[in-house]
Amino acid sequence: MAFLWLLLLAGGAYAAAANRSPAEAPSPAAAYGGYAAAAALIGGGAIMAAFAVLAAGDAPFWAAALLWAAAGIPAAAAVMHARRMGFARRRARAGFEHLALWVLAAAAAAATAATAGIIFAVAAESARFFQLVPASEFFFGTAWSPQIAIREDQAGASGAFGILPVLSGTLLITAVAMAVAVPAGLVIAVYLSEFSAPKTRARIKPLLEMLAGVPTIVYGFFAVATLSPLLRGLAEELGASMAGESALAAGLVMGVMLIPFVASLSEDALFAVPDSLRQGALGLGSTRYETAFYVAAPAAAPGIAAGLLLALSRALGETMIVVMAAGISAVLTVNPLEAVTTVTVQIVTLLTGDQEFDDPKTLAAFALGLSLFCITLALNLLALRVVRRYHQTYD
Amino acid sequence: MIDRAALRRRRSRERAFIYAGRACIFCAAAFLFFLAGSVGMQGWRGFLHSSVRVDVFLDPAVVGEEGEKSALSYRRLVRKALLAEFSDASGRLEKKYVRGIAGGGAGSALREAVQKHSFRIGGTVSVWLPAGAVAESYFKGAADEEALRAQLVPEAHIARLRALAESGRTRTEFNAGFFTRADSRNAETAGIGGALLGSFYTLLLTFAVSFPLGVSAALYLEMFAPRGRRWRRWLDLAEININNLAAVPSVIFGLLGLAVFLNIFNMPRSSPLVGGLVLSLMTLPTVIISSRAALKGVPPSLLSAAMSLGATRMQGVFHHVLPAAMPGVLTGAIIGMAQALGETAPLLMIGMVAFIADAPSGLADAATALPVQIFLWADSPERGFGERTAAAVLVLLGFLIAMNAAAVLLRRKMEVKW
Repeated sequence: MAFLWLLLLAGGAYAAAANRSPAEAPSPAAAYGGYAAAAALIGGGAIMAAFAVLAAGDAPFWAAALLWAAAGIPAAAAVMHARRMGFARRRARAGFEHLALWVLAAAAAAATAATAGIIFAVAAESARFFQLVPASEFFFGTAWSPQIAIREDQAGASGAFGILPVLSGTLLITAVAMAVAVPAGLVIAVYLSEFSAPKTRARIKPLLEMLAGVPTIVYGFFAVATLSPLLRGLAEELGASMAGESALAAGLVMGVMLIPFVASLSEDALFAVPDSLRQGALGLGSTRYETAFYVAAPAAAPGIAAGLLLALSRALGETMIVVMAAGISAVLTVNPLEAVTTVTVQIVTLLTGDQEFDDPKTLAAFALGLSLFCITLALNLLALRVVRRYHQTYD
Repeated sequence: MIDRAALRRRRSRERAFIYAGRACIFCAAAFLFFLAGSVGMQGWRGFLHSSVRVDVFLDPAVVGEEGEKSALSYRRLVRKALLAEFSDASGRLEKKYVRGIAGGGAGSALREAVQKHSFRIGGTVSVWLPAGAVAESYFKGAADEEALRAQLVPEAHIARLRALAESGRTRTEFNAGFFTRADSRNAETAGIGGALLGSFYTLLLTFAVSFPLGVSAALYLEMFAPRGRRWRRWLDLAEININNLAAVPSVIFGLLGLAVFLNIFNMPRSSPLVGGLVLSLMTLPTVIISSRAALKGVPPSLLSAAMSLGATRMQGVFHHVLPAAMPGVLTGAIIGMAQALGETAPLLMIGMVAFIADAPSGLADAATALPVQIFLWADSPERGFGERTAAAVLVLLGFLIAMNAAAVLLRRKMEVKW
């Protein structure tokens, strides 16, 4: 049925467009008609297919009628377009190109709209959360236990939604990760760009790319299956007690994950520094070390800083490593041997399994997501600003 | 005048830094090898499975005159046969271990064997059946006798297993079923086939959405967008937006999928459809950024030449610039796909984390993906899942290495120096 309707639309569009194009137009009438029919088929088909996927069949009559009418819109638009083109005595080619341009522009707009979609989706659910739990409690509360009791008289009947312990855990793990990734990544970047021979670099770059290509679930598995037991044994040797799911193990593995990220972004920044600067410094008698650290690195500083900010935002938003290797209960602590939780862990634990969308427990995940999104957005924009503001062009 | 001491100091500082740089690179390489090595050591046995030969009496009273009853009935036969053979086992615990010599898949394996070879019901047959978790770990060599003792396996049972292994009634071979079967509660019968298929459907949709959309967006932004001052602001906004989207944490995309695709559009939960859409939003910025870089790398003289010969701008771009940029575009797409293949977090939130014992047959079916399967198994406390988790990690890494190698090859083979 739907297919027949589409064919009918396409046929109608063909006839209308071919008929309407003036005889003196440089392209044959069929070109106009074919273009209109194609537009009707593709556009209408896309609308119908999208509807079929979304509504899965059981739609009321008025919705179906509306849909059939909507499927006709591309056909009508194409006919009108063909007419205008025809009267303007443009060639069918120009008409087609006009349409193609619009398709490309729509793709660019769709990519841009994704961010708007995220903000809309997350903010809408967060707004519902803040109706149930006051924002002051969420942002300044020091207890996080989102379990809502089923019965009134149960212990701990009201859930606590204070983001601070969750945030402190996130920052603790991030700090451990950055403590590993920043020195190692920067040293590797400076070494590769300022000291190593091109041949060595060509050999080491794939290694870093491989390290960057390992999915986080594998890092997480490694942290749980290998590193955590190892660290625990080590801690017991030294006489310290360590939780099975410690901030240290998660942070260390996350730090290694970030090394190639920091290294490649910093190296890009160093690569952009023109060679004449280095040659000038070397010509004045500096050692390579002095050239690297007093000339090249300061010139690349905005790019390096932006890279570090991006790495920070990635560490804050990293999920699988901490879901597997960090804990679930929120504790306010700065001891990396203890188990802490992170924003992403909480989002995942609150949302795996069945969800009910009138429950503050579920909605809390969206509020956490909104906070995380705002923090990472701010870091990303800051990185962009740093680059734009302090970027110097050398010539 | 040369200050020799100062010079020495300056040079030694340089040397120290070079050593530090080499040490850091060595550490990164060592970590990579340690990671691959430890996963490999844990995982290579996951590709093997052990079977044990058992003489089973095909009792018509249990499986029916035609042998038509379900695998559960055959399982009972296997258990009976084992208990009859090791009738010296006493106590519930030991009997449990004896029954567990054959694994959870033994019933269906026996049933298949009976149907395949049309054994006579009422006779006794000698068949190879998959071993249970404890027995398998011993037969494979994953756990020696000391390890079994540490797991509190009774001494008498260890002796039985040793006797079985020494009498040649066990064999260990490549586990082809690991690649074809779907998830299962029993480690012996669990496979990654369902997860592989789920990943395949998800990636198919991801590619189908993000590649055309991403390349179109890149073409527009790089080649066709109006450059006037009035438009600069909008283009800037789009660029910032896309760069920012590339840095949004992946969990946030899961929240988007949950709130929009599942809640507003009512798409089927746990399906590759939703997973693919969420992942295509995630890979979109990667595709756009790499495509733009590739398009930028094509010299503008190519387009000018085409246009001076009478081609329209669109013809010039589609016939000359885009084909010239294709290696870079495809490289970016492959890297984006590799990221999507390894991505886990957003899939957890749209329900692809459920236990699903059937392979999906379409985009709207409930499915799981390979990394999610790894996550599920890594959490599973049961014996035998550990090595299979590591084996699944090896498979995932294998796919990723293949994809990244393809991207590198593509870049090397097809890249043109202008």
